[in-house]
Amino acid sequence: MSANPPPIAGFFPRDRTWHPKALTPDYKTSVLRSPARPLVAFGNTLSETTGPAFGHDMLGPLDNDLTLNFARPGMSAIGERIIVGGRVLDEAGRPVPNVLIEFWQANAGGRYRHKKDGYLAPLDPDFGGCGRTISDDKGGYHFRTVRPGPYPWPNGPNDWRPAHIHFSVFGHGFAQRLITQMYFEGDPLIARCPIVRTINDPKAIAQLTARLDMNASVPMDALAYRFDIVLRGSRSTLFDNRMEGN
Amino acid sequence: MTGSTLPPLYPFRESPSQTAGPYVHIGLTPNVCGITGVYAADLGATMVSATTKGQRITLEGRIIDGSGAPLKDALVEIWQADADGVYHARATEAFCGWARSAADPDTGVFRFETVKPGRVPFPDGRLQAPHINVWIVARGINLGLNTRIYFADEAEANEADPVLGRIEHRDRVATLIASGDGQTYCHDIHLQGPQETVFFDI
Repeated sequence: MSANPPPIAGFFPRDRTWHPKALTPDYKTSVLRSPARPLVAFGNTLSETTGPAFGHDMLGPLDNDLTLNFARPGMSAIGERIIVGGRVLDEAGRPVPNVLIEFWQANAGGRYRHKKDGYLAPLDPDFGGCGRTISDDKGGYHFRTVRPGPYPWPNGPNDWRPAHIHFSVFGHGFAQRLITQMYFEGDPLIARCPIVRTINDPKAIAQLTARLDMNASVPMDALAYRFDIVLRGSRSTLFDNRMEGN
Repeated sequence: MTGSTLPPLYPFRESPSQTAGPYVHIGLTPNVCGITGVYAADLGATMVSATTKGQRITLEGRIIDGSGAPLKDALVEIWQADADGVYHARATEAFCGWARSAADPDTGVFRFETVKPGRVPFPDGRLQAPHINVWIVARGINLGLNTRIYFADEAEANEADPVLGRIEHRDRVATLIASGDGQTYCHDIHLQGPQETVFFDI
Protein backbone atom coordinates (compact mmCIF):
# COMPACT_ATOMS: atom_id res chain seq x y z
CA MET A 1 0.00 0.00 0.00
CA SER A 2 1.12 3.52 -0.69
CA ALA A 3 1.60 6.27 1.84
CA ASN A 4 -0.65 8.76 0.06
CA PRO A 5 -2.78 10.99 2.31
CA PRO A 6 -6.58 10.75 2.20
CA PRO A 7 -7.99 12.22 -1.02
CA ILE A 8 -9.34 15.76 -1.15
CA ALA A 9 -12.60 16.69 -2.76
CA GLY A 10 -11.23 18.06 -6.01
CA PHE A 11 -11.65 21.11 -8.21
CA PHE A 12 -14.73 22.93 -9.44
CA PRO A 13 -15.65 21.39 -12.82
CA ARG A 14 -14.47 23.32 -15.86
CA ASP A 15 -17.20 25.31 -17.58
CA ARG A 16 -16.58 24.12 -21.12
CA THR A 17 -19.08 26.60 -22.55
CA TRP A 18 -16.93 29.45 -21.17
CA HIS A 19 -13.71 27.99 -22.57
CA PRO A 20 -13.41 27.66 -26.34
CA LYS A 21 -14.83 24.48 -27.84
CA ALA A 22 -12.40 22.04 -29.47
CA LEU A 23 -13.90 22.39 -32.96
CA THR A 24 -13.90 26.04 -34.05
CA PRO A 25 -13.72 25.91 -37.89
CA ASP A 26 -12.91 29.61 -38.40
CA TYR A 27 -9.61 28.72 -36.72
CA LYS A 28 -8.80 26.25 -39.46
CA THR A 29 -6.18 24.12 -37.74
CA SER A 30 -8.73 23.11 -35.11
CA VAL A 31 -10.70 21.12 -37.71
CA LEU A 32 -8.36 18.12 -37.81
CA ARG A 33 -7.02 18.56 -34.27
CA SER A 34 -10.29 18.44 -32.31
CA PRO A 35 -11.61 15.24 -30.74
CA ALA A 36 -15.02 14.38 -32.20
CA ARG A 37 -16.16 12.07 -29.39
CA PRO A 38 -17.38 13.30 -26.01
CA LEU A 39 -14.87 13.64 -23.17
CA VAL A 40 -15.16 11.00 -20.44
CA ALA A 41 -15.73 12.61 -17.03
CA PHE A 42 -14.81 11.27 -13.60
CA GLY A 43 -14.29 12.76 -10.15
CA ASN A 44 -10.82 13.97 -9.25
CA THR A 45 -8.39 11.48 -7.77
CA LEU A 46 -4.90 12.14 -6.38
CA SER A 47 -3.68 12.00 -9.98
CA GLU A 48 -5.56 15.23 -10.73
CA THR A 49 -5.45 17.07 -7.38
CA THR A 50 -1.67 16.85 -7.03
CA GLY A 51 0.85 18.52 -9.31
CA PRO A 52 4.41 19.75 -9.50
CA ALA A 53 5.62 22.59 -7.26
CA PHE A 54 8.48 24.92 -8.15
CA GLY A 55 10.61 26.88 -5.70
CA HIS A 56 11.55 30.54 -6.07
CA ASP A 57 15.16 29.35 -5.88
CA MET A 58 14.93 27.97 -9.43
CA LEU A 59 14.60 31.48 -10.89
CA GLY A 60 17.50 33.41 -12.33
CA PRO A 61 17.70 37.17 -11.64
CA LEU A 62 16.57 38.12 -15.17
CA ASP A 63 13.98 35.37 -15.72
CA ASN A 64 11.16 37.93 -15.42
CA ASP A 65 12.82 40.64 -17.52
CA LEU A 66 12.53 39.99 -21.26
CA THR A 67 14.09 43.36 -22.04
CA LEU A 68 17.39 42.08 -20.63
CA ASN A 69 17.41 38.27 -20.41
CA PHE A 70 18.55 37.75 -24.00
CA ALA A 71 20.22 41.12 -24.55
CA ARG A 72 23.91 41.65 -25.19
CA PRO A 73 25.81 43.34 -22.37
CA GLY A 74 24.73 46.97 -22.08
CA MET A 75 21.88 46.50 -24.57
CA SER A 76 18.12 46.16 -24.19
CA ALA A 77 15.29 44.95 -26.39
CA ILE A 78 13.80 47.47 -28.86
CA GLY A 79 10.16 48.43 -28.36
CA GLU A 80 7.59 49.92 -26.04
CA ARG A 81 8.81 49.09 -22.55
CA ILE A 82 6.05 47.65 -20.38
CA ILE A 83 5.50 45.92 -17.05
CA VAL A 84 2.81 43.22 -16.99
CA GLY A 85 1.53 42.18 -13.60
CA GLY A 86 -1.42 41.13 -11.54
CA ARG A 87 -2.52 38.34 -9.29
CA VAL A 88 -3.19 34.65 -9.64
CA LEU A 89 -6.52 33.85 -7.98
CA ASP A 90 -8.90 30.92 -7.91
CA GLU A 91 -12.61 31.03 -8.71
CA ALA A 92 -13.43 31.63 -5.05
CA GLY A 93 -11.20 34.71 -5.09
CA ARG A 94 -8.43 33.18 -3.01
CA PRO A 95 -4.84 34.06 -3.93
CA VAL A 96 -2.87 31.23 -5.52
CA PRO A 97 0.69 31.60 -4.18
CA ASN A 98 3.91 29.94 -5.33
CA VAL A 99 2.84 28.81 -8.79
CA LEU A 100 5.01 28.93 -11.88
CA ILE A 101 3.96 31.28 -14.69
CA GLU A 102 5.80 31.12 -18.02
CA PHE A 103 5.29 33.54 -20.91
CA TRP A 104 6.44 33.88 -24.50
CA GLN A 105 5.84 36.41 -27.24
CA ALA A 106 6.94 37.95 -30.54
CA ASN A 107 9.21 41.01 -30.59
CA ALA A 108 8.04 44.59 -31.13
CA GLY A 109 7.72 43.95 -34.87
CA GLY A 110 5.66 40.77 -34.52
CA ARG A 111 8.53 38.36 -35.27
CA TYR A 112 9.11 35.22 -33.19
CA ARG A 113 12.54 33.81 -32.54
CA HIS A 114 11.57 30.41 -33.98
CA LYS A 115 12.85 28.77 -37.13
CA LYS A 116 9.32 28.20 -38.40
CA ASP A 117 8.50 31.92 -38.33
CA GLY A 118 9.32 33.34 -41.76
CA TYR A 119 7.68 36.76 -41.34
CA LEU A 120 9.50 39.64 -43.06
CA ALA A 121 9.85 41.70 -39.89
CA PRO A 122 13.38 41.31 -38.51
CA LEU A 123 14.54 39.60 -35.36
CA ASP A 124 15.78 41.83 -32.56
CA PRO A 125 19.28 40.63 -31.60
CA ASP A 126 18.57 41.66 -28.00
CA PHE A 127 15.22 39.92 -27.61
CA GLY A 128 14.61 36.19 -27.04
CA GLY A 129 10.93 36.22 -26.12
CA CYS A 130 10.66 33.89 -23.12
CA GLY A 131 10.36 34.55 -19.41
CA ARG A 132 9.02 33.07 -16.19
CA THR A 133 8.23 33.91 -12.60
CA ILE A 134 6.58 32.37 -9.54
CA SER A 135 3.64 34.02 -7.80
CA ASP A 136 4.44 35.46 -4.38
CA ASP A 137 2.77 34.55 -1.10
CA LYS A 138 -0.24 36.75 -2.01
CA GLY A 139 -0.52 35.42 -5.56
CA GLY A 140 1.12 38.51 -7.07
CA TYR A 141 3.41 38.42 -10.09
CA HIS A 142 4.97 40.79 -12.60
CA PHE A 143 7.49 40.88 -15.43
CA ARG A 144 9.11 43.39 -17.74
CA THR A 145 9.05 43.14 -21.50
CA VAL A 146 8.39 45.09 -24.68
CA ARG A 147 4.92 45.23 -26.14
CA PRO A 148 4.73 42.62 -28.93
CA GLY A 149 3.65 43.61 -32.42
CA PRO A 150 0.72 42.09 -34.35
CA TYR A 151 1.63 39.61 -37.07
CA PRO A 152 -0.01 37.99 -40.09
CA TRP A 153 -0.74 34.27 -40.19
CA PRO A 154 -1.94 31.88 -42.89
CA ASN A 155 -5.54 31.23 -41.82
CA GLY A 156 -7.84 33.49 -43.84
CA PRO A 157 -6.35 35.47 -46.74
CA ASN A 158 -5.59 38.50 -44.53
CA ASP A 159 -5.68 37.43 -40.88
CA TRP A 160 -3.54 39.22 -38.30
CA ARG A 161 -3.11 38.24 -34.68
CA PRO A 162 -3.68 41.05 -32.20
CA ALA A 163 -0.69 41.93 -30.03
CA HIS A 164 -0.59 39.16 -27.43
CA ILE A 165 1.54 37.40 -24.85
CA HIS A 166 1.16 33.65 -24.31
CA PHE A 167 0.83 32.50 -20.67
CA SER A 168 1.39 29.03 -19.22
CA VAL A 169 0.24 28.67 -15.62
CA PHE A 170 0.55 25.86 -13.10
CA GLY A 171 -1.79 25.55 -10.17
CA HIS A 172 -1.45 23.26 -7.19
CA GLY A 173 -3.04 20.32 -9.03
CA PHE A 174 -2.36 18.99 -12.51
CA ALA A 175 -6.06 19.53 -13.33
CA GLN A 176 -5.54 23.31 -13.00
CA ARG A 177 -2.93 23.38 -15.78
CA LEU A 178 -3.74 26.20 -18.17
CA ILE A 179 -2.36 27.91 -21.26
CA THR A 180 -3.93 31.14 -22.48
CA GLN A 181 -3.14 34.42 -24.23
CA MET A 182 -3.20 38.00 -22.95
CA TYR A 183 -4.43 40.81 -25.21
CA PHE A 184 -4.08 44.59 -24.86
CA GLU A 185 -6.90 47.01 -24.06
CA GLY A 186 -8.13 48.92 -27.10
CA ASP A 187 -6.55 46.76 -29.82
CA PRO A 188 -8.93 46.80 -32.83
CA LEU A 189 -7.59 43.43 -34.01
CA ILE A 190 -9.02 41.58 -30.97
CA ALA A 191 -12.59 41.51 -32.27
CA ARG A 192 -11.41 40.36 -35.72
CA CYS A 193 -9.25 37.43 -34.63
CA PRO A 194 -10.48 33.85 -35.29
CA ILE A 195 -8.42 32.56 -32.34
CA VAL A 196 -9.93 35.11 -29.95
CA ARG A 197 -13.34 34.26 -31.42
CA THR A 198 -12.98 30.58 -30.52
CA ILE A 199 -14.34 32.03 -27.24
CA ASN A 200 -18.09 32.67 -27.44
CA ASP A 201 -18.73 34.95 -24.47
CA PRO A 202 -17.57 38.60 -24.76
CA LYS A 203 -17.07 38.65 -20.99
CA ALA A 204 -14.59 35.78 -21.32
CA ILE A 205 -12.71 37.70 -24.02
CA ALA A 206 -12.69 40.77 -21.76
CA GLN A 207 -11.09 38.63 -19.06
CA LEU A 208 -8.11 38.01 -21.36
CA THR A 209 -7.72 41.70 -22.17
CA ALA A 210 -5.12 43.42 -19.99
CA ARG A 211 -5.91 46.96 -18.89
CA LEU A 212 -3.55 49.90 -18.99
CA ASP A 213 -2.51 50.48 -15.37
CA MET A 214 -1.02 53.95 -15.05
CA ASN A 215 -0.64 53.51 -11.29
CA ALA A 216 1.76 50.62 -11.80
CA SER A 217 3.76 52.34 -14.52
CA VAL A 218 7.23 53.71 -13.80
CA PRO A 219 7.61 57.38 -14.88
CA MET A 220 10.23 57.91 -17.59
CA ASP A 221 10.71 54.13 -17.81
CA ALA A 222 7.80 51.79 -18.54
CA LEU A 223 4.02 51.70 -18.93
CA ALA A 224 2.15 48.93 -17.12
CA TYR A 225 -0.67 46.52 -17.91
CA ARG A 226 -2.73 44.66 -15.33
CA PHE A 227 -3.62 41.03 -16.05
CA ASP A 228 -5.18 38.84 -13.36
CA ILE A 229 -5.21 35.09 -13.91
CA VAL A 230 -7.97 32.90 -12.47
CA LEU A 231 -7.49 29.17 -11.94
CA ARG A 232 -10.08 26.54 -11.05
CA GLY A 233 -11.39 26.73 -7.50
CA SER A 234 -11.02 23.87 -5.06
CA ARG A 235 -13.84 22.19 -3.15
CA SER A 236 -11.48 21.72 -0.25
CA THR A 237 -9.67 24.25 1.88
CA LEU A 238 -6.81 21.82 2.41
CA PHE A 239 -4.69 23.70 -0.10
CA ASP A 240 -4.74 26.72 2.18
CA ASN A 241 -2.53 24.78 4.55
CA ARG A 242 -0.66 22.78 1.95
CA MET A 243 0.64 25.43 -0.41
CA GLU A 244 2.76 23.07 -2.40
CA GLY A 245 0.38 20.24 -3.08
CA ASN A 246 0.92 16.75 -1.88
CA MET B 1 -32.67 31.73 -17.32
CA THR B 2 -32.56 31.27 -13.58
CA GLY B 3 -30.80 33.32 -10.98
CA SER B 4 -29.80 36.01 -13.46
CA THR B 5 -30.80 38.79 -11.08
CA LEU B 6 -28.67 37.44 -8.25
CA PRO B 7 -25.04 38.39 -7.76
CA PRO B 8 -22.62 35.59 -8.67
CA LEU B 9 -22.00 33.05 -5.94
CA TYR B 10 -18.34 32.92 -6.84
CA PRO B 11 -16.74 36.20 -7.87
CA PHE B 12 -14.41 34.91 -10.56
CA ARG B 13 -14.51 32.68 -13.62
CA GLU B 14 -11.55 30.58 -14.71
CA SER B 15 -9.39 32.40 -17.24
CA PRO B 16 -10.50 31.01 -20.59
CA SER B 17 -7.97 28.88 -22.43
CA GLN B 18 -6.40 29.76 -25.77
CA THR B 19 -4.26 27.63 -28.05
CA ALA B 20 -0.56 27.32 -27.22
CA GLY B 21 0.12 28.10 -30.90
CA PRO B 22 2.97 26.91 -33.13
CA TYR B 23 5.72 28.65 -31.14
CA VAL B 24 4.95 27.17 -27.72
CA HIS B 25 8.54 25.92 -27.59
CA ILE B 26 9.87 29.48 -27.23
CA GLY B 27 8.27 29.67 -23.82
CA LEU B 28 8.34 26.09 -22.57
CA THR B 29 11.40 24.46 -24.15
CA PRO B 30 13.48 27.43 -25.34
CA ASN B 31 16.74 25.49 -25.49
CA VAL B 32 15.14 22.98 -27.86
CA CYS B 33 14.26 25.77 -30.28
CA GLY B 34 17.64 27.45 -30.14
CA ILE B 35 17.03 30.16 -27.53
CA THR B 36 20.00 29.35 -25.34
CA GLY B 37 21.52 31.28 -22.49
CA VAL B 38 18.26 32.39 -20.89
CA TYR B 39 17.66 29.24 -18.80
CA ALA B 40 20.48 26.81 -18.00
CA ALA B 41 18.27 23.87 -19.00
CA ASP B 42 14.71 23.37 -20.16
CA LEU B 43 12.31 22.66 -17.33
CA GLY B 44 11.05 19.09 -17.04
CA ALA B 45 13.82 17.55 -19.12
CA THR B 46 14.92 14.93 -16.55
CA MET B 47 12.85 12.63 -14.34
CA VAL B 48 15.22 9.95 -13.09
CA SER B 49 18.78 9.67 -11.81
CA ALA B 50 21.07 6.86 -10.66
CA THR B 51 19.30 6.84 -7.28
CA THR B 52 15.74 6.50 -8.61
CA LYS B 53 13.88 3.47 -7.30
CA GLY B 54 11.85 1.35 -9.68
CA GLN B 55 11.70 -0.11 -13.17
CA ARG B 56 13.23 2.23 -15.77
CA ILE B 57 11.06 2.70 -18.82
CA THR B 58 11.09 4.75 -22.01
CA LEU B 59 7.74 6.07 -23.12
CA GLU B 60 7.43 7.32 -26.66
CA GLY B 61 4.71 8.11 -29.13
CA ARG B 62 3.19 10.60 -31.50
CA ILE B 63 0.10 12.81 -31.55
CA ILE B 64 -1.86 12.01 -34.73
CA ASP B 65 -4.40 14.36 -36.36
CA GLY B 66 -7.66 13.51 -38.11
CA SER B 67 -5.90 12.97 -41.44
CA GLY B 68 -3.46 10.47 -39.92
CA ALA B 69 -0.52 12.89 -39.88
CA PRO B 70 1.66 13.28 -36.78
CA LEU B 71 1.74 16.71 -35.12
CA LYS B 72 5.27 18.07 -35.32
CA ASP B 73 4.57 21.08 -33.12
CA ALA B 74 2.82 19.49 -30.12
CA LEU B 75 4.03 19.76 -26.54
CA VAL B 76 3.29 16.96 -24.09
CA GLU B 77 3.52 17.07 -20.28
CA ILE B 78 3.20 14.08 -17.97
CA TRP B 79 2.58 13.77 -14.24
CA GLN B 80 2.99 10.48 -12.41
CA ALA B 81 3.54 8.79 -9.06
CA ASP B 82 6.82 7.15 -8.12
CA ALA B 83 7.37 3.38 -8.12
CA ASP B 84 5.59 3.15 -4.74
CA GLY B 85 2.48 4.97 -5.99
CA VAL B 86 3.28 8.24 -4.19
CA TYR B 87 3.03 11.66 -5.85
CA HIS B 88 5.85 14.08 -5.03
CA ALA B 89 5.06 17.74 -5.70
CA ARG B 90 8.70 18.71 -5.16
CA ALA B 91 11.27 17.18 -7.45
CA THR B 92 14.24 15.61 -5.71
CA GLU B 93 17.53 14.27 -6.96
CA ALA B 94 15.93 10.82 -6.82
CA PHE B 95 12.77 11.52 -8.78
CA CYS B 96 10.75 14.15 -10.59
CA GLY B 97 7.14 13.12 -11.27
CA TRP B 98 6.56 15.80 -13.88
CA ALA B 99 8.15 16.31 -17.28
CA ARG B 100 7.56 17.91 -20.64
CA SER B 101 8.61 16.89 -24.14
CA ALA B 102 8.36 18.80 -27.39
CA ALA B 103 7.46 16.61 -30.34
CA ASP B 104 10.40 16.07 -32.68
CA PRO B 105 10.07 18.67 -35.48
CA ASP B 106 10.80 16.04 -38.15
CA THR B 107 9.08 12.91 -36.83
CA GLY B 108 6.60 14.18 -34.26
CA VAL B 109 7.87 11.70 -31.65
CA PHE B 110 7.71 12.68 -27.97
CA ARG B 111 9.83 10.73 -25.48
CA PHE B 112 10.13 10.38 -21.71
CA GLU B 113 12.73 8.46 -19.69
CA THR B 114 11.03 7.58 -16.40
CA VAL B 115 10.04 4.72 -14.09
CA LYS B 116 6.89 2.67 -14.16
CA PRO B 117 4.53 4.25 -11.60
CA GLY B 118 3.08 2.31 -8.69
CA ARG B 119 -0.63 2.08 -7.95
CA VAL B 120 -2.42 5.13 -6.53
CA PRO B 121 -5.64 4.93 -4.50
CA PHE B 122 -9.00 5.98 -5.92
CA PRO B 123 -11.12 8.07 -3.48
CA ASP B 124 -13.11 4.99 -2.39
CA GLY B 125 -9.94 3.15 -1.40
CA ARG B 126 -9.63 0.85 -4.39
CA LEU B 127 -6.28 0.98 -6.16
CA GLN B 128 -6.00 2.48 -9.62
CA ALA B 129 -3.91 0.61 -12.17
CA PRO B 130 -0.46 2.08 -12.86
CA HIS B 131 -0.92 5.08 -15.13
CA ILE B 132 0.71 8.27 -16.33
CA ASN B 133 -1.34 11.47 -16.62
CA VAL B 134 -0.88 13.26 -19.94
CA TRP B 135 -1.63 16.86 -21.02
CA ILE B 136 -1.32 17.88 -24.65
CA VAL B 137 -1.21 21.37 -26.15
CA ALA B 138 -0.49 22.49 -29.73
CA ARG B 139 -1.50 24.80 -32.53
CA GLY B 140 -5.15 24.04 -33.31
CA ILE B 141 -5.92 22.72 -29.79
CA ASN B 142 -7.96 25.39 -28.00
CA LEU B 143 -7.93 23.82 -24.53
CA GLY B 144 -5.26 21.37 -23.35
CA LEU B 145 -6.32 17.73 -23.72
CA ASN B 146 -6.10 15.34 -20.77
CA THR B 147 -5.62 11.63 -21.21
CA ARG B 148 -3.87 8.78 -19.41
CA ILE B 149 -1.44 6.08 -20.43
CA TYR B 150 -1.82 2.59 -18.92
CA PHE B 151 0.39 -0.45 -19.52
CA ALA B 152 -0.55 -3.58 -21.48
CA ASP B 153 1.44 -5.81 -19.11
CA GLU B 154 -0.81 -4.78 -16.18
CA ALA B 155 -3.90 -6.49 -17.59
CA GLU B 156 -5.29 -7.60 -14.23
CA ALA B 157 -4.96 -4.13 -12.67
CA ASN B 158 -6.34 -2.50 -15.80
CA GLU B 159 -9.38 -4.75 -15.64
CA ALA B 160 -10.18 -3.47 -12.13
CA ASP B 161 -9.22 0.19 -12.72
CA PRO B 162 -12.07 2.54 -11.62
CA VAL B 163 -11.32 5.17 -14.28
CA LEU B 164 -11.07 2.72 -17.16
CA GLY B 165 -14.31 1.30 -15.77
CA ARG B 166 -16.01 4.64 -16.44
CA ILE B 167 -15.54 4.28 -20.19
CA GLU B 168 -18.91 3.18 -21.45
CA HIS B 169 -17.76 2.15 -24.90
CA ARG B 170 -15.51 -0.73 -23.93
CA ASP B 171 -13.79 -0.92 -27.31
CA ARG B 172 -12.28 2.50 -26.59
CA VAL B 173 -10.39 1.37 -23.45
CA ALA B 174 -7.63 -0.02 -25.67
CA THR B 175 -6.81 3.52 -26.87
CA LEU B 176 -5.31 4.24 -23.42
CA ILE B 177 -3.10 1.18 -23.13
CA ALA B 178 0.53 1.28 -24.25
CA SER B 179 2.21 -1.88 -25.39
CA GLY B 180 5.85 -2.54 -24.66
CA ASP B 181 8.53 -5.00 -23.68
CA GLY B 182 8.91 -3.83 -20.08
CA GLN B 183 11.54 -1.28 -21.14
CA THR B 184 10.10 0.70 -24.03
CA TYR B 185 6.42 1.49 -24.37
CA CYS B 186 5.04 2.99 -27.59
CA HIS B 187 1.81 4.89 -27.56
CA ASP B 188 0.32 7.02 -30.33
CA ILE B 189 -2.46 9.41 -29.32
CA HIS B 190 -5.14 9.95 -31.98
CA LEU B 191 -6.95 13.28 -31.77
CA GLN B 192 -9.72 12.27 -34.14
CA GLY B 193 -11.00 9.43 -36.32
CA PRO B 194 -11.75 5.73 -35.93
CA GLN B 195 -8.92 5.21 -33.41
CA GLU B 196 -9.67 8.39 -31.45
CA THR B 197 -8.03 8.28 -28.01
CA VAL B 198 -10.21 8.73 -24.94
CA PHE B 199 -9.81 12.25 -23.51
CA PHE B 200 -11.01 13.11 -20.05
CA ASP B 201 -12.93 15.98 -18.50
CA ILE B 202 -11.10 16.07 -15.18
